[in-house]
Amino acid sequence: MQGVPLIAYLTLGLFLFSVGVVGVVIRRNPIVIFMCIELMLNAVNLTFLAFAKFLPTMTIPGKAPLADAAMSGQMMVIFVMAVAAAEVAVGLGIIMAIFRLRQDIDIDEMNLLRG
Amino acid sequence: MNLPEWLTPNLAIFATIGGVAALAALGVVVLNNAVRSALCLVVCFFMLAFLYFTLNAEMLGILQIVVYTGAIMVLFLFVIMLLNLGPMKSLIQQRDPKMIVGGAMGLALAGMIGAQVLAPLVGVQEPRAPEGFGSPQAVGYSLFSGYLYPFEIASILLMVGIVGSILLAKRRI
Amino acid sequence: MADWFSHLHPAIQALIRVLLLVVPILALVPGLIWWERRLLSWMQDRIGPNRVATITWSKTSKFVPPFLRGKKTSIFGLLQPIADGVKLFFKEDITPSAVDKVIYFIAPGIALFPAFALGATLPWGPYPSLTPISNANVGVLYMLAISSLGVYGVVLAGYSGNNKYSLMGGLRASAQLISYELAMSMSLACIVLATGSLRMTDMVHEQEKPLWGLAPFLQNWYVFTPFGFVAMVVFLICMVAETNRAPFDLPEAENELIAGYHTEYSSMKFAVFFMGEYAAMFIFSGVLATVFLGGWNALPINWDWVAQHSTIPVFSGLADIMGKLNYWLAPLWFMGKITFMISVYIWLRATLPRLRYDQLMSLGWKSLLPLATVNFIVVGAWILVSRIVAENASNQMMGAIAGVGLWVVAGVFVYSIWRVLNKMSGEPVLESRSVTLVDPSKEGVAAS
Repeated sequence: MQGVPLIAYLTLGLFLFSVGVVGVVIRRNPIVIFMCIELMLNAVNLTFLAFAKFLPTMTIPGKAPLADAAMSGQMMVIFVMAVAAAEVAVGLGIIMAIFRLRQDIDIDEMNLLRG
Repeated sequence: MNLPEWLTPNLAIFATIGGVAALAALGVVVLNNAVRSALCLVVCFFMLAFLYFTLNAEMLGILQIVVYTGAIMVLFLFVIMLLNLGPMKSLIQQRDPKMIVGGAMGLALAGMIGAQVLAPLVGVQEPRAPEGFGSPQAVGYSLFSGYLYPFEIASILLMVGIVGSILLAKRRI
Repeated sequence: MADWFSHLHPAIQALIRVLLLVVPILALVPGLIWWERRLLSWMQDRIGPNRVATITWSKTSKFVPPFLRGKKTSIFGLLQPIADGVKLFFKEDITPSAVDKVIYFIAPGIALFPAFALGATLPWGPYPSLTPISNANVGVLYMLAISSLGVYGVVLAGYSGNNKYSLMGGLRASAQLISYELAMSMSLACIVLATGSLRMTDMVHEQEKPLWGLAPFLQNWYVFTPFGFVAMVVFLICMVAETNRAPFDLPEAENELIAGYHTEYSSMKFAVFFMGEYAAMFIFSGVLATVFLGGWNALPINWDWVAQHSTIPVFSGLADIMGKLNYWLAPLWFMGKITFMISVYIWLRATLPRLRYDQLMSLGWKSLLPLATVNFIVVGAWILVSRIVAENASNQMMGAIAGVGLWVVAGVFVYSIWRVLNKMSGEPVLESRSVTLVDPSKEGVAAS
């Protein structure tokens, strides 16, 4: 799409990331905290794709031209998605296990590791 | 009425999609009901998929819908509903001074990153990626040639994730 | 035709393409409901709706021919859906006081959206300017992505009702839809591998090629290839599960969950859910027809090839006419295939009892998913062998034997894997219980 500068995408990405950080800090429900982490990951994904589209393709000397910016940005997004999927599966499993143990999922009450 | 030159119709489309995404993101943090938060996040991710389309990354836009809105968020909703069977007091947020501190911290973070990182990139207008860089062919070729090792490692990671989540969630194995 | 069309503004072209898909679906949903009720009643040996659309001829009017006076003519209850629609419109729209208002109101809309959005990459004819709405290079993936959104309407409706049966329905729906999505993606992945493209129109064109690369007068519809047939069976089952139709209608099982997720919905909101379900049936049938049944082609015969190669002039003339019919009446053939698939839906509903929840899960995860995965390997073998055959194309006999042999090998392979998996997953043996009859007249029994 022509006519949208790189800075617009980056600003949106920054905004989403900051909102995610604030959410992680202020919310007490672990599921919402999880969602905020997903939001931060997505903000980063948006930034990766924006750079992939707008930055000049740079060839690393000695490497095949595959490793250009347009492709590597997208690859990073795919791996972030894979990590996010695994993380959500395990994280929600942990939340379920904690709920089963304590019948309560307030994050401020989780101090089992305190000793 | 003369519109400034940078105000293009495409920018208006971007502003609409991005604005909805930003509002939905705010909703995730502000709303007290976890289901509504999740719903806002679904809207946000869906809009982000459209933004990926505007960046010509069709494959990743579709993947965004499949992975995030189609799988991850459904899992979130499933867990919220599963845990929400009884009335849960702890899901309701109480007023807290740390909200103000957290908000201020977020603003400071945004300002800092914005000032340091965004400033030199203000002038970049012209997309420089080659035509069709987001097509399934291009992404697949890249994934299975230059990025084969990371791809395999990611698959192992997902496998570990599956086993781990089953171990955690199952009462008796 | 394409000439004046391409001169229109792109937005208007897009609008026309959208209308050409959405309006027929909206118009045909009542017909579909009528067809379902009539066919179901025929299969269940009862009469079905036959009262609405009955014409009672006047006894005295001069305009009525004498043999009709005072008689009644019934047109198979054809207007029944309209009567149903009027009833639904004028029913009282009850909003229970305990519902989560916002989600309760948007859930029907969310349920309707993916049903219609699904059709965006579905080509209903060989007219590139009119259909599909977007010939995107991610066509099939788009279909999967949008169909995965279908779960939200159901889940949110179940949650917002503030009713434990609704919630159970919503939970069941989310688990069911996620489980069957996987097998569905796997079965479509086989076809994507065989086609080498995600574009829906490419899939149809691939199916217009010679059958198994050998018989140029026949078309290579995927249902005629071994892997395609297995993939189609898997896809068909998953498609029924994705649309929440019997025998996979656990989310809305009337006799277990009252009506599942739409217990609390009445009047038009209920009608919207209904509409979404039928529209989704329609479009999923269309996807199956496109991907496996040769799309808009009427018969698996390459009329152009016959017209060019036939030595008998009558034959070639006939083939020419048939080719033209095949081209110009394409939407009709496509509709015919959709009608057939919808009849299969109704047939399944009339035949099979509802699955138990654990049966549903074990069918999805332990049977369909491994089957589709094994099928994926078979596709790879098929492509490899067909390449070898193509290299030795001089010997047609050799090729035919290789083709038939691959059918057999593929069948044995799939069957053995299926058996092994079934043995591994084996149905749990129900514990036998003995029933002791108690004589209530004896004392002590009632007290304990």
